[in-house]
Amino acid sequence: MPMDQVAAHDHHDHDHKPGFFVRWFFSTNHKDIGTLYLVFALIAGIVGYSLSGLIRWELAEPGIGPLTGIVEMLYGTTGPQAIEQAKSFYNVVITYHGLIMIFFMVMPALIGGFGNWFVPLMIGAPDMAFPRMNNISFWLTVAAFVLACTSMVVPGGNGVNGFGGGWVLYPPLSSTAGHAGPSMDLLILSLHTAGIASILGAINFIVTILNMRAPGMTLHKMPLFAWSLLVTAILLLLALPVLAGALTMLLTDRNFGSQFFDPSGGGDPIMFQHLFWFFGHPEVYIMILPAFGLISHIVSTFSKKPIFGYLGMAYAMVAIGAIGFIVWAHHMYTVGMPSDMKAYFVAATMVIAVPTGIKIFSWIATMWGGSIDFSVPMVWAIGFIFLFTLGGVTGVVLANAGIDHAMHDTYYVVAHFHYVLSLGAVFGLFAGWYYWFEKMFGIKYNKVVGYAHFWIMFVASNLIFFPQHFLGLNGMPRRYVDYPEAFSLWNSVSSMGYALSMVATLLFFYGLFEAMIRRRKGEANPWGEGATTLEWTLPSPPPFHQFNELPVVKNEGGH
Amino acid sequence: MRYILAWISAVLMTGSAFAQELVGQPTPGALGFQPAATRIMERVNEFHNYLLVIITVITLFVLALLIWVSVRYNRRANPVARKFSHNTTIEIIWTAVPVIILVAIAGPSFSNLFYQENEPDLEMIAQSGDLDDPNIYVDAAKEGWITVKAEGMGNWAWTYYYMDEVDAEGYPIQYVSNGIHFGLPTDPPATPEKPRYLATDYPMVVPVNRYIRYQTTSDRVIHSWTVPAFGVKTDAVPGRLNEGWFLVEETGVYYGQCSELCGKNHAFMPIEVRVVPQNQYDRWIEVMKTGDIDAATQLVQVIDSDGEVSRLASVE
Repeated sequence: MPMDQVAAHDHHDHDHKPGFFVRWFFSTNHKDIGTLYLVFALIAGIVGYSLSGLIRWELAEPGIGPLTGIVEMLYGTTGPQAIEQAKSFYNVVITYHGLIMIFFMVMPALIGGFGNWFVPLMIGAPDMAFPRMNNISFWLTVAAFVLACTSMVVPGGNGVNGFGGGWVLYPPLSSTAGHAGPSMDLLILSLHTAGIASILGAINFIVTILNMRAPGMTLHKMPLFAWSLLVTAILLLLALPVLAGALTMLLTDRNFGSQFFDPSGGGDPIMFQHLFWFFGHPEVYIMILPAFGLISHIVSTFSKKPIFGYLGMAYAMVAIGAIGFIVWAHHMYTVGMPSDMKAYFVAATMVIAVPTGIKIFSWIATMWGGSIDFSVPMVWAIGFIFLFTLGGVTGVVLANAGIDHAMHDTYYVVAHFHYVLSLGAVFGLFAGWYYWFEKMFGIKYNKVVGYAHFWIMFVASNLIFFPQHFLGLNGMPRRYVDYPEAFSLWNSVSSMGYALSMVATLLFFYGLFEAMIRRRKGEANPWGEGATTLEWTLPSPPPFHQFNELPVVKNEGGH
Repeated sequence: MRYILAWISAVLMTGSAFAQELVGQPTPGALGFQPAATRIMERVNEFHNYLLVIITVITLFVLALLIWVSVRYNRRANPVARKFSHNTTIEIIWTAVPVIILVAIAGPSFSNLFYQENEPDLEMIAQSGDLDDPNIYVDAAKEGWITVKAEGMGNWAWTYYYMDEVDAEGYPIQYVSNGIHFGLPTDPPATPEKPRYLATDYPMVVPVNRYIRYQTTSDRVIHSWTVPAFGVKTDAVPGRLNEGWFLVEETGVYYGQCSELCGKNHAFMPIEVRVVPQNQYDRWIEVMKTGDIDAATQLVQVIDSDGEVSRLASVE
C-alpha cells in the first residue's frame, strides 16, 4: 500500500468500528473473528463437556442408571425399553462428545480463535490475507455445528435420535446397515461443512504467513506460534480433502446405491478406515501443534529467555507434521493387516517420539538458566509439559503393535489420547487463554482464580484419566455403557475426578465474568521484558486496525 | 459410593489384593494386565514390564527436570536470566538418546509382533524336538491345528464354527454363543460361575496345550474378538476372514468382551472360552456332533483336572 494511502486510511478509519450487527455478523476483522471463534468454542465446549459428564455419570457405578432416566424424559418410555434405548443413547453421547470437542471446541479455539487473533499480530500484518474468506470460514463452522446438533435430535437408528457409531464413523455401522436414519446424513453434511471451513481457513493462514510478514521477518525469524499455525494449516489442507472423499463415498453408499464400503458389492469397510485415519492422524497433530507453538512463547516469556533451539523447535513441528502423514494405520493394528505392514507402522510411529522429545527438552532448556515467573499462564504451561510427556510415553507403548493387540480399544487408549488432548491441547488452550486474555480484551483477570482453576483442574483431570490406564490394562473395552463389577473401583474414581473438574470449570467461568464485570484496565505488556513478540508492542486491546505502518524486524533481533 | 468403600476396605484388609488376581477375567481394583494364560500374553506382559520401566524413568526424569528448574531458576533464586539459546552438544544428546531408547524398544517389539502374527510352522516345530524353547510346543505341534471360526453376529452374539469337526450329515459343528446378561431386570443373577457381562450360554471350548487357529468374520458390522488373558484381539470384519493363533497352557475359563463398537449391545456380547483337557474336549465334540448342545455344554461345566502342572502355574 503506498504511503499516502496509509496515511489517509489512518485518519479516516482509526478505531472507527462498525455498528454491532455489521461488526459481529459481517465481520472481516481478524481480531473480531478470533473473538467470535473463542465464544463459539466456549459454547460448543460446554456442550461437549456436558456430554462427557453424562458418560462419567453413567459409568460412576455398575448398572445402567442415569441415562435410563434421561431416556425416560426424552422419549417417554419406561422399563426394559428405556434401558435398551439408554444403551443406544450412550453410544450417541460418546460419539458427539468426541466430534464436538474435536471439530467445534479444540480446533475453533486454537486455530480459529488464537490463530486468527495472534498470527497477524505476531507477524506484523494488518489483518489476514483474505478477510472475507475468514468470515465465511467462521460462519460455515457455525453452520456445521448447527447441522451436528440437528443430527443429534433426528432419528439415527436403534430406536434413538442421533448417530451412535463413534467419532470415527466406521462403516458398516455408519452405513444404512447400522444407522438407517437421517442423522448420519446430517452428520456427513456437518463434517463436510466444517471441513470446507477449515480448508478455507487453512488457505488463509498459509497465504497470510507466507506473504504478509513484516519487512525483515524471514521465515526463520517468525514466532513459533506462527510456525505452528503454518504447519497446522498445511496439515489441514492436505488431510481434510481425504476425509471429504471418504465422507462423500459414505454418503453415496448410504443414499445412491454405491458400495464402496460394502463387501456384498465388492467394497471394503477397511478402506474407509485407511482413508479416515489418513485424515485422522494428522488431525490429532492439527489439534496439538498450535498448543506447542503457544507453549513455547509462554515458557520463553516467563523464563525471560529466548526460546532454546528455535530452529530445532520449528523444524521439529515440521517433522511431526510430515511424519504424521505416514503413521495412520497404527490406529488399525487389529483389522487384519499383514505383519510386515504393522512392523512398518510401528517403526514410523516411534520415530515421532524423537521430534516430540526435542520439543519437551527444548522447553525445559528454555527455562534452564532463566528467571522464572510462575504467573498463571506459566503454571498451565508447565502442567502441559508434564502431562503431555505422560501422554506421550503411553503413546510409545501403544505404538508397538505387539502390545497394542492387548490394549487396542481398551481404556488404556482412552487414557492415552485424553492425556495428550484433554490434558495436552486443553491445558495449552487454557495457558493461551490466560496468556493473551489481557491482550485480547484489555482487562485483567483475577490471578487467584486462575491459579485455583489450574490446581483443581490438574488434580481433577489426573483423577479422571490416570485410573483409566488400570482399567485398560485389566481389559475394560472402550465405549461400554456398563461393565463387570471388577472395573467399578477405578471407574468411580474417574467419575469423582469429573465432579472435581466441574468445580474447576465453574471457577473458569467465574474468573471470566468477574473480569468482565470489574473491568480492571489491562496493560499493553503485563509480562515485562520476556514478552518479545509484536503483539506486546500494541495497546491492550489492540486498535481495531493495527500496523498501518508496518513494523520492521531488525536483523539482530529475534532469535 | 458403597462400591468405593467396599473396594477400599477390600484393598486395605487383604493388604495385597493383587496376590489373588483372578484368572481369565478382570480383578477388582487391579492395576495391570490379567494373568497370562498363553506364551503370547506372557511375552506381552514381559515386554510391557520392560516398557513400563522405560516410560516411568522418562516421565520421572522430565518431572525431576521441571522441579529442578522451578527450584533453581525461579525469579527469587535466579533474578537475572541468562541469555543462551543454543548448545549443540545437548541438542545432539537429546536427539540421539531417544533414538537409542527407541531402537532398544524396537528389538523386542518386532520379535513379539512376529511371534504373535506369523502362524507357527507346526511341522518344523515337531521336527525340531526342542523342548527347552518356551516359545514352541513340540508335543502340541505333533497333534496339528484345531481351527475355530468366530463370526460376529448382527444381533450381538458370536457364532462358533469348528471347521474340521463334521456331524453325520457332513456339516461342521456350529452354534451361537449369547451373553446372558444385558443390563436388564430380567438378567439371571451374577455368580462366580456366571460373572456379569462375561458369561455366555454356550461357550467356546478348546483343548489345553493345543495349537488353536482362530478365524474371525462378521455378518453385518465390525466386531472384535478378544481374550485379554490370551493376548489376542482380532477384528471381525464383514467380507474378510482374519486369522490368528494361540495355545493355552492351563485349563480354565477365560473371558473377553467385544472390542469394536458394534451398536446397542456392544457391551453385552462376551466371549467365554472353556479350556479343557483333550479327552474332555473329545467327549464334548462327540456330543456336539449329535446336536445336543445342552448336554455337551453340561459336559464342560466342570473342567477336569488334566493332572499336569503348568509352566505358568506360578502366575496365580
